[in-house]
This record gives sequence, C-alpha cells and structure tokens, in this order.
Amino acid sequence: MPVPFRTVLLLALLPLATAWAAPFVPSSDAEVLETLPLRIDSPGARELRELRKALAAEPQNLDLALPLAQRYFDEVAAEGDPRYIGYAQAALAPWWNLSEPPVPVRVMRAKLLQFNHRFAEAKADLDAALRAQPDHAEAWAWRAAISLVQADYAQARVACQRLQPLATPLMARACLAQIDATTGQSAAAAQALQRALREHPPTDAAESLWVLTRLAEAEQARGAHAAAETAFRQALALGRSDGYLLAAYADFLLDRGRAAEVLTLLKGRERSDLLLLRLALAAKALNDPALAAWQQELSARFAVARLRGDDALHLKEEARFTLQVLGQAAQAADLAQRNFATQREPADARILLEAALAARNPGAAQAALQWLAESGNDHLALTTPAQALKGLK
Amino acid sequence: MGCAGLRGALLAALCCLVSMPSLGHKPSDSYLSLAQPLGERGGRLSGQWDIALRDLDFAIGLDADGDGRITWGEVRARQADISAYALARLKIKADGIDCRIEAGAPMIDRHTDGAYSVLPLQVQCAGAPTQLTLDYRLFADIDSLHRGLLRLQAQGGTRAAVLGPQAATQSFELARPSRWAQFIDYGREGVWHIWIGFDHILFLLSLLLPAVLVWQGKRWRAADTFKSAFVDVLKIVTAFTVAHSITLSLATLGFVALPSRWVEAAIAASVLLAALNNLFPRIHGRRWMVAFGFGLIHGFGFANVLADLGLPAHALALALLGFNLGVEAGQLAIVAVFLPLAFALRRTALYQRGVFAGGSALIAAVSSLWLSERLFDFKVLPF
Repeated sequence: MPVPFRTVLLLALLPLATAWAAPFVPSSDAEVLETLPLRIDSPGARELRELRKALAAEPQNLDLALPLAQRYFDEVAAEGDPRYIGYAQAALAPWWNLSEPPVPVRVMRAKLLQFNHRFAEAKADLDAALRAQPDHAEAWAWRAAISLVQADYAQARVACQRLQPLATPLMARACLAQIDATTGQSAAAAQALQRALREHPPTDAAESLWVLTRLAEAEQARGAHAAAETAFRQALALGRSDGYLLAAYADFLLDRGRAAEVLTLLKGRERSDLLLLRLALAAKALNDPALAAWQQELSARFAVARLRGDDALHLKEEARFTLQVLGQAAQAADLAQRNFATQREPADARILLEAALAARNPGAAQAALQWLAESGNDHLALTTPAQALKGLK
Repeated sequence: MGCAGLRGALLAALCCLVSMPSLGHKPSDSYLSLAQPLGERGGRLSGQWDIALRDLDFAIGLDADGDGRITWGEVRARQADISAYALARLKIKADGIDCRIEAGAPMIDRHTDGAYSVLPLQVQCAGAPTQLTLDYRLFADIDSLHRGLLRLQAQGGTRAAVLGPQAATQSFELARPSRWAQFIDYGREGVWHIWIGFDHILFLLSLLLPAVLVWQGKRWRAADTFKSAFVDVLKIVTAFTVAHSITLSLATLGFVALPSRWVEAAIAASVLLAALNNLFPRIHGRRWMVAFGFGLIHGFGFANVLADLGLPAHALALALLGFNLGVEAGQLAIVAVFLPLAFALRRTALYQRGVFAGGSALIAAVSSLWLSERLFDFKVLPF
C-alpha cells in the first residue's frame, strides 16, 4: 500500500515541531506559564464572556451568534490571532454548512473563509449575498479585496464603483487608487491619494492608518522614497500598533539597507510571525547573533503549520524565509510558485521573481512575468528582477 | 449598523484582507501521541497529550485571579478538571470495543506558541487492537479550526494524522502479526516461563524424583525397570498437564478468577507438600493424583503470566494453545534430561541420599520460604 505523502510529511515534521519537547514540573506555584491575550477583567473580555454565555444558553439564536462571531473577527483583525477564526466559526456552527444561510451569515462566512485562503467559496457567498442585497457595502468591500488578491482588476474596479455611494469619499477614492497602484499607475495613484487626503480629511485614526499605508506603498512602488518615508512615519505616529504597517515599513527599511532600524522598530514583537520574519531578515543582513534563535523559531513555526495542513497560508513568508535567510533558491522558487497560484499581489510576484532569479530559473517565474505584462504593474522592486530574468533567457 | 460601524467594517475589508497577517499567531493544535510499549502483546498503549493552556483557559477558565496570567498554581488547582474535560472528548476503540483511558499528573511543556499542559495517558484496551479507532472532539464545540496532531506508534510502524471537527473519527489498521508467528511467539513464552518459573520446576521435580524409586518396606528402593519409571513419569506429567490446562483455559477465558497472591501462595504450598511427601511418604503410587490436584492450582499461576503478557483479542484461543503447548514442551524437555540421568543413577547413594533426600529437603526449605513470602508479602529469595 503506498503511504500517503501527507503521512510521510507529518512523520518527518513532527519531531521538528516538537524537538524541544521535554515536559517538566514547574518548581513553584507562582511560576507564570502563559500570558493571555485578554485579561479576564478587561471590558472587552467581559463583553465576550457575556456573549459566549448567552449563546451557550441559546446556540440556535442567530441574533446572539452573529455579534459574537463579529466580536471574534474583530479580535483577529486587532491581534492577528487565528484562534479567533475558529471560535467565530464554532459560534456559527448551526448555520455553517447550510447551502442557503441568511445574508449576514453568508457575509461572515465569506470573511472567515477568505482568511484561510478559500477565496472561491468566499466569493460565492459574497455574490449570493449581493444578489439578495445589492447595496451591501461590506460585501462589496470584501468582494473588491478578494478580486484584488486574485488579480481580477476588472471585478475589483466594479466592486469599488459599487461601493462609492455606500462609503466615505476618501474610502471610495482610495479603493480605486489601490487598484491603479497595482496596475501600472503608481504615480497617479500616489497623487490621487495625496489629493483625496487633502480634500476629504480622514474622520478617524483607522481610516488615516489605512489611507496613509496605501499612500506609503504607492510612493515606495514608484521609487519616491522620501515621500514613502513621510507617509510611513505619519501612519506610525497615529500610535496604533498595526502589524501590517510595521511589516511594510520594515520591508521598506530593509530595501533601503537600514536593517539596524528594523531591529529597533520591531524589538519585542517576535510573537507575530510576519514581524519575526523581518527581524530575522534584518539580523541576517547585519550578521546579528540573534539570527540563530529567530531562524530556528521560524523553522519550527513553518513546520507546525505544515503539520496541520495550513502551510498554504504561509507560503509567501516561507518562500522569503527560504530564499533570504536559508539561501535555498530552488526551494524558495517552488514555494513562491505555489503561493502565486492562489495569491497574486505585488508582494507575491516579487518573491517569485527574486527566487527564480536567484535560482537562475526564469521558467519558474513564468506566471509572475505574465501577470506583470498583463497588469502593467510598474513597481521598481518587480520590474528590476523581471528585467534581469529576461536577460537570463 | 451605525455609520462608524460600517466604516470600520469596510476598512476591515479593504485593508485587512490585503494586509492581514494571516500568519499572525498560530491556530489551536494539540499534540497527541500514542505508543504500544515495546514487546506489548495486549491492549496497553501509553501516550501523552499536550494541550495549550490558552485553549484550556478559553474552555474551562484557568486564570482564577483574572490577572491575565496563568500560573502553575492555577493549573495545579484545576488538574482534575483538565483531565476530566480532555478525557471526556477523546474515545479510543480497539476493534470496536471502548478502551479505558487514564491521565496521570499533568506536567508542562513549551511549544512554539506558548505553554501546554502535558497529560500522560495510559490506555487499556480489551486486547491487542488490529484496528484502532479514535474519536476526537476536543474543543470541537468552541473552535472549529482546532486540530489534534496524532502520532501513533504501534506494530508495523509509526503513523500520523490530523484529527479535528472536519474528521473527528478516524481508524487506523495496525499490522497484525501472522497467526503462525503469534502462535510461535506465545509457545516460546510458555517454554520460557516453565524454565524460569522455579516453583513449577521444583514441583515437577518433587514428583519426578521418586519415579525411579519404589517405596517398599518403609523405605525407597531403586525401580527395577525403565518401563515402570517411564509409566510413572508419563502418568504424573499427563495429569499435571491436563489439570493446569483446564484451569489455565478457564481463567484465561474469564470463567474463573482467583486473587493472584493466594494462587502464588497455594503453588508454594503445593511444592512444599510434594517435597515433604518424598521425605515422609503419605501418598505413593498415586502421585499422579497429587499432580492433578495441585496442577489445577499451577494452571491459575500460568494464567496470570499469560494475562501479564497480554492477549490478542482476535486470536485468544491461538495464544492460549501456543502458550500451553510451550509450557508442555518446556516440561517435556526437563523430563527428557531428568529421567535417563535419574534412572542411571537410581541405585547410587548419590542419588538416593543426595539428589532425592537432600534435594527434596532443599526444595521443602525453599518452598516454605516462598510460602511465607507470599502469605505475608515480603521478599528474601531472589527468585
């Protein structure tokens, strides 16, 4: 009987994932073993606890299940902690497998599914929700976001346009600018975002954070480093510790050869895999002794994800780790190729191009080169390795 | 939905899908390992189950003082609840029959995403499983993405699986040793047991020592013919065999159960009485009846050994037969060495005084010590 590949993988990886496993009995009752994300007596935790209790008493009550699922989803957004995705799904258990659930369940299900990169199912739910409620703003917003990840720019544009009467003017313009920035008009997109910020000042910090981050990326894409730096710093000054913003700024600093600043910026943020990866990249660039421990920790985390069968969620990060920390270009190109099959954002294309270039294997980057040609993307960080790859041919 | 709420939702969509650290922390996993101890033939498995303290806290609340930190004291205080919660959500079946799972005192281990409670597991199934079925429901009601990462080490190698709400019940075929290999295996154990089971050897010897002699005129004399000695031995060995086979089978098949300490004590007493009967003959000529009577007790002793070895549920009769035949083969080997030697030496003083009288006295001494040890539960003899 042939042994399934999955089993072989699991067996090979389990020792790695549990290599340091050595159970012990703590010496003192006072020893702190674990720090919880939410203190039991914090208002957020209390609210969650009350919702949970109410739903436990009436698990079929959608009016209780939906707010609880939303609360969990908010936690994911704030903490980046995927456990809450599972909690939210469990709260919706009575409706989760229905083929025609109520619209709010469909939208929530789509939000949870896309988190695990189940984009096709998420899109199907959103489309069904939008057929029932054509002015469902949140569904359009998610539809735009998923289309963007899947490089379906025509659909993304439609969704942004449908969103226009339903959202704030700043958001509507930023929605479209985001598409322009990806499809070869990064300069125009940066200018449009600047103008939108002037004409429609953000009404809260969350909106500011989002638009400034998009602006910083657009400026970076067109090579306006000083303007990008300014936007990043304005976003950071908002004081919201946003994992994505920190990762994006760290990447900017790494590109500019300012690795030492990354170590300072991300000090103590090792818990997030995204940020731990940037720390490892910075340590690699600086020959910092911390690299060994961070490298081992990242290897272990990727191994654990693969054990679960969740490795597809982390292919982009793993490809970058494999290329830039481990220096294994061929494996990195393979991982980046698999990643690009489901996610086609500029960062996904970039790692594929870089890995294929390092592996001197232009064929591996075929999908990214094609995407580059079709989208017209003009990011310098992409066009440079693409040119080099064409030179290899 | 209010205006601010809608804006928040839209921002979540527009920024977070693109920006969401999909690999923020780690989803919830537990690590379950189960292993058949080396050489295990029965239904015992040992294992370990690592469950994240964060998940346990979410399920049953560990942070008693609500300070957002879980201490060892807080875990220890909920030890029983943790075991009860976890064990209520894991079922293991061996060939369709529920196994008993017990958890030992928890320890702690650290994995990539924090501290885990480590539960040592002892699993007892009715017999050696050929198909092991796990029903895994841990956190199924509160976290749909929770997974149990299983590592199962059993006959035929190691395998791994991902358990969870998506596939709560999974079965694993364990390689079954061939019936012939099993038969030989239990037969070898039977031979081995009679050879290292000094009490059985000494009992047999006590009955065999006088076989080359005859009790005549209040004293032992050498037997005249090999045939008479042989017939005597044949009767004794057959009676012993028939008797212990009966009780071994009854006990193994579960019809009769006796406390092992009393069985062991009675076996010691049987050795003592057999040896004393050589020195101060009360019963002669009919020693096969003694062999039969006491053989019944020795059968219970064999049954305890067989139970300790563990029995395959699907091949109980085969194991029983193999073990029993092994015992007989071991016994016959002893007889085959003993009888010709004893017959040749039967007229000598060495045999009559030394081996027979001295040996019987020594056996009586040893067995009385055994008897005291087993009655009063202490240990002086090394065997």
